[in-house]
Order: sequence, then C-alpha cells, then structure tokens
Amino acid sequence: MTGLSRRYGSVVALDNLDLVIQAGELIALLGPSGCGKTTTLRLLAGLEEADAGLIHVGGTDITHRAASKRDMGMVFQAYSLFPHLTVQENVEFGLRLRRASVAQRQKRAREMLELVDLATLADRYPHQISGGQQQRVALARALAIEPKVLLLDEPLSALDAKVRAQLRDQIRRIQLEVGITTLFVTHDQEEALAIADRVGVMQAGKLEQLAPPADVYSRPATPFVAEFVGLTNKLAGEVSGTTVTVRGCELPLMDAAVPAGAAMALVRPEAVTLDTDSTGLSGPLTGTVIASTFLGATSRVTVDLGDVTVLAQLPTAEASRHPAGSRVTLTIRPDPVLVSADRAGVSGE
Amino acid sequence: MATIDTVPSDLTGAPLARRVSGRRTRQRRRLNAFRYITFTVFALFFLLPLLSMFRFSFEGSTPGSWSVSAWTSISSYPGLLSSIEITLELAVLTSVAMVLLVVPTMIWVRLRVAWFRRIMEFISLLPLTIPAIVLVVGLAPIYNWIEHYNVSALMLLWAYVILALPYAYRALAAGLDAVDAKTLSEAARSLGARWPTVMFKVIVPNMWQGILNALLLTVALVLGEFTVAYLLSYTTLQPALFEISRSTTNAGVLFSASAATLIFAFVLLLILSYAGRRLRRGRP
Repeated sequence: MTGLSRRYGSVVALDNLDLVIQAGELIALLGPSGCGKTTTLRLLAGLEEADAGLIHVGGTDITHRAASKRDMGMVFQAYSLFPHLTVQENVEFGLRLRRASVAQRQKRAREMLELVDLATLADRYPHQISGGQQQRVALARALAIEPKVLLLDEPLSALDAKVRAQLRDQIRRIQLEVGITTLFVTHDQEEALAIADRVGVMQAGKLEQLAPPADVYSRPATPFVAEFVGLTNKLAGEVSGTTVTVRGCELPLMDAAVPAGAAMALVRPEAVTLDTDSTGLSGPLTGTVIASTFLGATSRVTVDLGDVTVLAQLPTAEASRHPAGSRVTLTIRPDPVLVSADRAGVSGE
Repeated sequence: MATIDTVPSDLTGAPLARRVSGRRTRQRRRLNAFRYITFTVFALFFLLPLLSMFRFSFEGSTPGSWSVSAWTSISSYPGLLSSIEITLELAVLTSVAMVLLVVPTMIWVRLRVAWFRRIMEFISLLPLTIPAIVLVVGLAPIYNWIEHYNVSALMLLWAYVILALPYAYRALAAGLDAVDAKTLSEAARSLGARWPTVMFKVIVPNMWQGILNALLLTVALVLGEFTVAYLLSYTTLQPALFEISRSTTNAGVLFSASAATLIFAFVLLLILSYAGRRLRRGRP
C-alpha cells in the first residue's frame, strides 16, 4: 500500500499511509478507535475506495478492482456467517461461486473444518454453535478459497477473555501452517504483541511505528507508541546531551537528537525497582506504597512520591515485601528512554 | 424450659418481607385480571361481528332457520365469480409486483445508498396520508387512457402496489432489520459474490419472514379494496358485492361471499405461517 489516503467529510481517516507486508507475514495494526486501522483493512479488501494511493498485491495493481475480484479472505468481528446455511455450506460458499465441483467443494470444506477442529459440527447452523466456534468457521470459510491475503478485522473482540486467548493462538498456528500473508486489526495490545511478526501502531491515520513486537514495546519510536503500548510512567526531567536526569537519576536517551531542557521521560514500570526505606528521610525517589495489584506472577505497585505517582512492576514475591503504607525508595534502571513534552503521570491501558 | 428473651436478628425483617411479597402478589393478580378483561372485551368487539356475519350467511328464508343457499348461490349471481377470479389474480400479481419492485430496492438502499433510506420511508408512508378519493382523481386520467385499449381490471395492480406500499414496506423493513445486512454482504463480496448474488442468495433468504408478511398484507388489502376499484369503474370483488347489495333484498350472498373471503385470507395466513416456519428451520 503506497500513499493511501481516505477522508470521511472533514475527518481524515488515512493520511498518506505506506505499508508493505512481506509474503507469509502476519502484521497486526494496533491503535485506538478512529486511528485508521480498520479503514486500512477495508481499503485493502476493496470494501471502500481510497481517495489517493495505490494497492499492489503480488506486484499487481488492484487499487480499483472490485472486492469480489481481489481474492482475499476476510474474517469480521461478528455475525458474518450466513444464518440460512449450515457450517459446511458456509465454508463451501466461496467455492460454489468459483464453480468448484460438488466433490471438490466438500473435500476442501472438510479439510478446512478439520484445520479449525470443527469437522463434527458441519451440519449445524451458525446459531447452534458458540461465538468462538463461529469465528473459527469464518476463518475456515475465508481460507477455503485459497486467498492471496487473509484479513482479520478484530475477530476476537466479541469473545470472552479465555476463548479470545485460545482462538488467538489457534489463528497464529493456522496462519503459520498455511503460510498465508495476513493483516490483523486489533485494539488489544496483548493480541498484537502475542501473534504478530510485526506490529504497526497507528494514530490519526498515520503509522507511528512498524516493528517486531519486542521493539515496539522496548524501543518505541514515538511518545504515542510508548504510552499506547503498555504502561508508562511520565517523570519530569532535564535533558542534557545524550541523557536525561530524572529525580537525580541519569538515564540514556533513546533518541540522542533531543534538544536540551525540560522534558518528560517515559519510564516503563518494569524499569522501576523498590527497596524498603529505612532512613526515614524524604528524597526525590522516596515515597509511600498506596496500592499493590496482584497480576499473577507479577504485581503492580503504585508509589506516591508526593508530586507524582509511579508504577513499578515486580515479581509478586518481591512486591509482597512492600505492602500498602510502607515507605520505599525507588531505583530506575538505566534503560534508554523516550521523552515527550506532556505532563507528568502514568499513561497506558 | 428455655425462653426466648430477644428476637433473633435474622427474623426481624421476615414480617416485612411477607407483607411486601403479599402486596406484589395482589398487584400481579390485579394486573392479570385487567389483562384478561381487556382481552375479552376486545376479542368480543372483533369476534362478535364476524360470528354474526357467519351466522347470517347460514340464515334461511325464515329468521332463526339454517340454510346453505347463500353459499350455493354465489355462483348464480352474474359477474360475482368473475369478480372473485379477477380479484384473486390481482392479489397474486400485486404481491409479486410489490416484492419484485420493493425488495431489491430496499436491499440496495440499505447497502449502497444509506442516505436515501429516510426519504424512502417517507415516500412509503405517503399512500397512507393521501385519501383514496384524491388518489383516484390523480389516477383517473391514466386509467381512462388505459381503458381505451380495453385492458382488464388487472391494470389496477399498479394502483394497488401504491396502496399496499406502506404495509409491505414496514413488513420488509422488519425482515431486513433482523439481519446484519451490511456485514453479510461484505462477507459475501469478500468471498467473490457479485451484487445480484449478494441480494438474492444471501440477503433475501434471510428475510423470508418479512417477505411472507408483506405478501399476506398485500393480499389482504387487495381482497378488501373497494374505493379505487369502484371509482375507476372496475368490477372487483368488493364493488361486485356492493352492486349486489343495491340490486337485491336478499343480503345473504353478501355475507357468504365476505365470509368466504375472510376464510381464504385466514387459510392463506396459515399457509404462509407454515411456510415461514419451514423456511426458518434450523435458524434462530
């Protein structure tokens, strides 16, 4: 996709977007509502027409090709199975349009249903199966026509948490098994980071960063990415040279080309560690634990430093040593940090 | 023997709970009684005239006697059988024309021209607001021109399509609202379906109940329509019955013909309901 733009009246949904998906790759587009991720997917599917830009698939320009001729499989958020057809008939639908013989259709449909572990439900109607099963049937239907690209428009958002996690892993397994180029749109960071080869974080119609999940999380390209993906502590600091001094700690800058002066350092909770404060003296990194949230293997501890609240993410065993009300001293690990011009606080989630 | 000096705390609320429960039961009983009375009054209001009509259609030559002569004489009145025949043909043609015109239009507007939907709803309601006599004044010049070509009363179907539009539109809209037409159409298109396939193989099969309801309402309207047919000088069932009532003192055949029409409409309703249930087989 090159230079794609799309407006809805005065609202700019996509602003000169460039995106290249390699063959066999799974790219997840992540961003808040209205960022343009679904518009990108719908333009690729041909369900909407771009105001400007080009779309090439396998070297062929398909920018102005009708949706029915783009050879793409699509899975929608919900309610996309045809209610009047059985599961088997739903999966065969695209093959029937391509005039496959009855034997070929049935064989292919059976293969796809076995791929998604639903061969035993072939004769059921959509309303007779669960939401997670419906989405698996939708996936089988999309794959049955052997599309060039698989498009997934928030396919898990209508499902409960446990089913979501299971189906997410299943989608990834199937995508790797089939080796199909896939564009996955979601607003859920965990989904995007868990299954994508690369994650594209979007805001206001633009791609802020396109990188492997680990890079997006630990080396965010912009303050928006740092704040949107995961939690971030925003701490006031002073930039000087290639470092920023935050409450007496000198931290290296991720981007050395930041002008000197006041700035807001974006520090991940995992970079903050706690020690019991036995001195009783106050300092820039001394505060009181006001809450501790159990997350399983880790816990999130909220510390009040007086002028700002800081989150620390620690192993639960360590966090339990600092109950609410205890005085602690913070240490910030000298990881490279981004800076922004915003106000202090915590952002994310 | 032990005595209880204080009331245990978990029983202090029990008398209050019993009073509240009793009040709710009385309220529920009053509401049910109101419902039954209302239902009975309205049932009598609608059923008594119908039952009277049926009884009168079996009235003999003397009051209180029974006879089937009003039913057997339907065929003996000149023009009545042919008017019944033409009315039934009109009912079928109007229903088919309505469905063929309105269903694709509604689906197309819903999927492709969403901004036109409100305008279409307004247009569909217009026939309800225009009195039949005014409609006839507008249609008369066109039908006068048609009559020059000796075309039969079947040409009334265009006027009846307009008359039935408000009812059929609402029935079809309800059927269309029951499915997520946009998502289904996009799913079908992504699988390679063109627009005709989307409309007739994906959307229409999921709005059968709405289509059947629209057919039933259209047939019922055509069977009972009098004003437009009479003022345009066509002899369909209702104008024919009206002429019979003016020309004979024995009104029994009026009631037997009307009762037969009612029975036909009721049987049609049963058939369409059965068909709707069969089509819904396996669906929610």
